[in-house]
Amino acid sequence: MSLDAAITTKVAPAILPGSGGLRGALSDLFWREPKLLLLLMLLPPVLWLGIVYIGSLFALLLQSFFLIDEFSGLINREFTLKTYGDLFQAANLDIILRTATMAALVTFASAIIAFPIAYYAARYARGRWKALFYLGVMLPLWSSYLVKIYAWKLILAKEGILTWLLAKLNLLWLLDAWLSLPVVGGNSLSVSFTGTFIVFVYVWLPFMILPVQAALERVPSNLVEASSDLGASPGQTFRNVLFPLALPGIVAGSIFTFSLTLGDYIIPQIIGTSRLFIGQAVYSQQGTAGNIPLAAAFTVVPIVIMGFYLWGAKRMGAFDAL
Amino acid sequence: MRSDRSQSAPLGLKIAAACGLLFLHLPILLIFVYAFTTEEKSFVWPPPALTTQWFAVTWNRPDVWQALSLSVRVAAISTAIALVLGTLCSAAVSRTQFFGRETISLLVILPIALPGIITGIALRSAFALADIPFSFWTIVLGHATFCVVVVYNNAVARFRRTSGSMIEASMDLGADGFQTFRHVVLPNIATALLAGGMLAFALSFDEVIVTTFTAGQQQTLPIWMLEELIRPRQRPVTNVVAMVVVLVTLLPILLAYYLTRDGDQIAGSSK
Repeated sequence: MSLDAAITTKVAPAILPGSGGLRGALSDLFWREPKLLLLLMLLPPVLWLGIVYIGSLFALLLQSFFLIDEFSGLINREFTLKTYGDLFQAANLDIILRTATMAALVTFASAIIAFPIAYYAARYARGRWKALFYLGVMLPLWSSYLVKIYAWKLILAKEGILTWLLAKLNLLWLLDAWLSLPVVGGNSLSVSFTGTFIVFVYVWLPFMILPVQAALERVPSNLVEASSDLGASPGQTFRNVLFPLALPGIVAGSIFTFSLTLGDYIIPQIIGTSRLFIGQAVYSQQGTAGNIPLAAAFTVVPIVIMGFYLWGAKRMGAFDAL
Repeated sequence: MRSDRSQSAPLGLKIAAACGLLFLHLPILLIFVYAFTTEEKSFVWPPPALTTQWFAVTWNRPDVWQALSLSVRVAAISTAIALVLGTLCSAAVSRTQFFGRETISLLVILPIALPGIITGIALRSAFALADIPFSFWTIVLGHATFCVVVVYNNAVARFRRTSGSMIEASMDLGADGFQTFRHVVLPNIATALLAGGMLAFALSFDEVIVTTFTAGQQQTLPIWMLEELIRPRQRPVTNVVAMVVVLVTLLPILLAYYLTRDGDQIAGSSK
């Protein structure tokens, strides 16, 4: 009896009095009108992104339909498709084709290098090793983009570590033979397409590893065992079991490697030849040439290519692997 | 039940994975060696001798300090804006179903899904159309826009893991909306926000492509580095700055990893 009384005195009232005042009123209002709260929460981010970002994108798109006057250098604000026609000049088509080819090659090479790392991390690494692999991919992914490019400038320079290493291994003739090749060669690796290619692969590789690993994590290991129990060689298991299951991950990763290569203008500017990529063309058109309409039309190219790419990727189920 | 615990990887796979990781890490380690080289005029390897004098030289360079200070200020303010916008957006998207929900997610991700050069030139041409002069705030405007997604991704992942019944329980026990937010929601998402904020800071601190379009004469640290990369003038100072940048970005990433390691992944999104 007295115990019960002791308990009841200690128990707080089941329903607190409302906190009252403006705060209480607001709180009650949000409880009664959840839509209002939702609206208030969405308004700032949507306004920011809508005005600052989408607004700018539309302004850019709009300008791609203007034309620059070749004599006065002024922009003629009338609707025309002529700027898009300029895109199909041989020189500009060259730039687009060169960039798309580079993006495809970079994507392909990244997939090949990424697969063993992702597979080992997904299937064999446990505990501490797993964390090590994760950080081993995350740290290069997040460390400074420019520093990574700078590191490769040091490596690929004529007097740099790669030449030194090849000289020690007596393989300098191999480098010279490669550099004397027509398209991929050049005076040194840091002013050749080969150099541009290596740096692109290096910088975007982590973006490929992460989704491939995510896809491989989902492959049950007994599936692989079942395949070998049924007599498949490791090669056959890879071709018929692992690869098809990892493909959505590879496609997801390729969205990053492809899109990032299409839009980059800093890597080919620092390590590469004087032949332009899309990003550089955009940059020089809007900067030195002052031809904003053509620059805007150029930016539409990667948007369109990526649009098709994303559409295809979605059909392959790549978004589930992201 | 996994049966592969005792199984070890084939040798070829081990070698390929190890080579891949070395490929990712050796170039960054090389930066640390070059920061100590005595060679001024070229990138010669091996370094003729080692010295620490360039640290003192860099320390006394006002332009490096100015660039660093601008970068830190831009990153801090952009992160603060991104934290507010990203949290609001993730709370709205993860708590309720509403028309256009998918569009909102797309809207947030778009600035980072499209190549940076598109964001950059779009902002620049918009500033030109609206006659907005380049300033500290134009840089912040660009950075905050793509930082939102990092905070958003981290917060959405955390919201997905926290159960909605906790909020209902809090309300049932008589807490009002603000008390629930302060005592129930915030403690649950705090580490995710911290991680998102760190990554946003790292992203902004390192951003160069959008910044080249939205900065006038001002130099953030990445812009300073870019100038040095295109026209190398003081290689030793650049080496030291590069090393410091690696160390500075390393810390927030490691911290963000430890804050979110149980369960949700650090939002690995593109730059």
